[in-house]
Amino acid sequence: MKRAAFTHPWMPVLLLIPQLTIIVFFFYWPAVEALRSSFYLQDPFGFGGTFVGLENYFTLFQNKEYLRISLFTVIFTLSVTFFSLAFGLVFAVKADKVLRGASTYKTMLMWVYAVAPPVAGLLGVSLFYQGHGLITQIFALFGYEFVVGVNYKDTAFAMIAVSIWKQVPINFIFFLSGLQSVPRSIREAAMIENGSPFNRFWTITFPLLAPTAFFLLITNITYSLFDTFGVIDVMLRSEPGNNPMTLTYKVYVDGFRGNELGGSSAQSVILMVLVLALTVFQFRLIERRIHYT
Amino acid sequence: MKSSVTSATNLPKINRRRRLVKWETVIDHSVLILGSALMLFPVLLTIMTSSYDKLAFAKNGLQFGWSDKFIENYNKALFEPSGFSGTIDGMTMLSNSLILGLGFAVGKIVISMMAAYAIVYFRFRFATFSFWIIFTTLLLPLEVRILPSYEVIQSFGLTNTYTGLIVPLIASATGTFFFRQFFRSVPEELVEAARIDGAGPVKFFIDILVPLSKTMIAAMFIIMFVFGWNQYLWPTLITTEEGMFTLVRGIKNIIQSFTDSNAIPEYGVGMALTIITMLPPVLIVVFFQSWFVKGLTESDK
Repeated sequence: MKRAAFTHPWMPVLLLIPQLTIIVFFFYWPAVEALRSSFYLQDPFGFGGTFVGLENYFTLFQNKEYLRISLFTVIFTLSVTFFSLAFGLVFAVKADKVLRGASTYKTMLMWVYAVAPPVAGLLGVSLFYQGHGLITQIFALFGYEFVVGVNYKDTAFAMIAVSIWKQVPINFIFFLSGLQSVPRSIREAAMIENGSPFNRFWTITFPLLAPTAFFLLITNITYSLFDTFGVIDVMLRSEPGNNPMTLTYKVYVDGFRGNELGGSSAQSVILMVLVLALTVFQFRLIERRIHYT
Repeated sequence: MKSSVTSATNLPKINRRRRLVKWETVIDHSVLILGSALMLFPVLLTIMTSSYDKLAFAKNGLQFGWSDKFIENYNKALFEPSGFSGTIDGMTMLSNSLILGLGFAVGKIVISMMAAYAIVYFRFRFATFSFWIIFTTLLLPLEVRILPSYEVIQSFGLTNTYTGLIVPLIASATGTFFFRQFFRSVPEELVEAARIDGAGPVKFFIDILVPLSKTMIAAMFIIMFVFGWNQYLWPTLITTEEGMFTLVRGIKNIIQSFTDSNAIPEYGVGMALTIITMLPPVLIVVFFQSWFVKGLTESDK
């Protein structure tokens, strides 16, 4: 709040009402409802539900399939986050360095940001198409038969590859803008000090990029957990079967397909706790970052 | 970029060093060209394949070349009714996508600017409380409360309506947070001056704050339009009538037509529709790049 502020009897209320109304109806109510129904066992035929306490949670943690999906989600999140950050960083460092064509490269490496995840999934489907997909054929050259949708590992690989492709641009944009905000004096001092470009990067540039990298780490984890829904749904052609899927996709499958409300809500709540932990972690980092600058 | 001056003056140096720099440049460009190609290639192949008939993809997958079915396929994708009920064509989905993108972007900007204005420029009871109530929503994305959100919309009878499609997506504080940060960076002298001149809160907002925020509004608009256009999960749940489908929602139909039908699927048309789906947001991001990047990178501060 500014020191020089207005005072008015009803103006601020009027300004806040639209936002607050939407939030109460479409944020707080559903969130509370998810929490509440996670403690109930829903009757599949009607409205009745029995209070079962934490039973839905216990059932989940004993469910082998749920544990398998959790494990896959961890692997998926780690690979997508790691590789899309790595590619984004490499491209940004190079794009920051070259003198010619810098703006063309920048455009070429960032436009995929605007491609919707399910569209990326569809592109993935045609590239990994059984038999004559481009990437399938490349694998065939090495004598490996790649079958998306049948082989668990192949499907996982394809999903991860597509999700990385979709996420590289945003990391590129942030790393590049981070690099370009490194003061020239620091760069020049580093040049005079000399040392190999490799050393210079790890001792000077990377530490200066660290805040950006931390911010992106959280963004990428959130992306892998939630925004990849479209990629996964399209690549599985809405038929999950025994294929790999993430926890978010499982919430959807159980809630809308399986009509297993209590279990699905409990899964939602677990995800909520996960995101909450991540965001609190992120806020603390941002706070610390403000102290630096 | 900026170092072009220094490298030019550095030219008459030892030969060995110059050659080293040259090799490095070659590697840099190779990495960047490879990266650009990886980004472009899948889409390029899809565009090329969208100029072929359905048999080409069925036999050989994605095409590298150009055929004569381009106009026919795009024509079909845009104007020929398809889907289960045979009522939906590309144009309808395109206009639904536009309504979702524009409605979401405009709604979000208006609502969040109002809320941010109240929070930053007014002194009132419950200010801190409102702040926390609004910013808690940053913590949980729609995906984790998707099922109860759907039930709320259903109980209001808002399924298959634009309101049901757009409004729940606005229920997060990203925009409010963004404008709050920006308003806080506006010099305080402006408010003081405006008050001395006798300008009330409405006049100050419209005559001073909105014009000052133009770039920020443009940046936010681009980001939010792309975000709205690209929504998938929420439209999938909320719209069951085909007349309400957006293009991105229609991707699900394309993929199902690829698998379900007994005849050879219309691959060329499907590819054409895919390109139509991604084109508007991509063009906006490319043409308004500087605003978009500014909006994106400023919002995390």
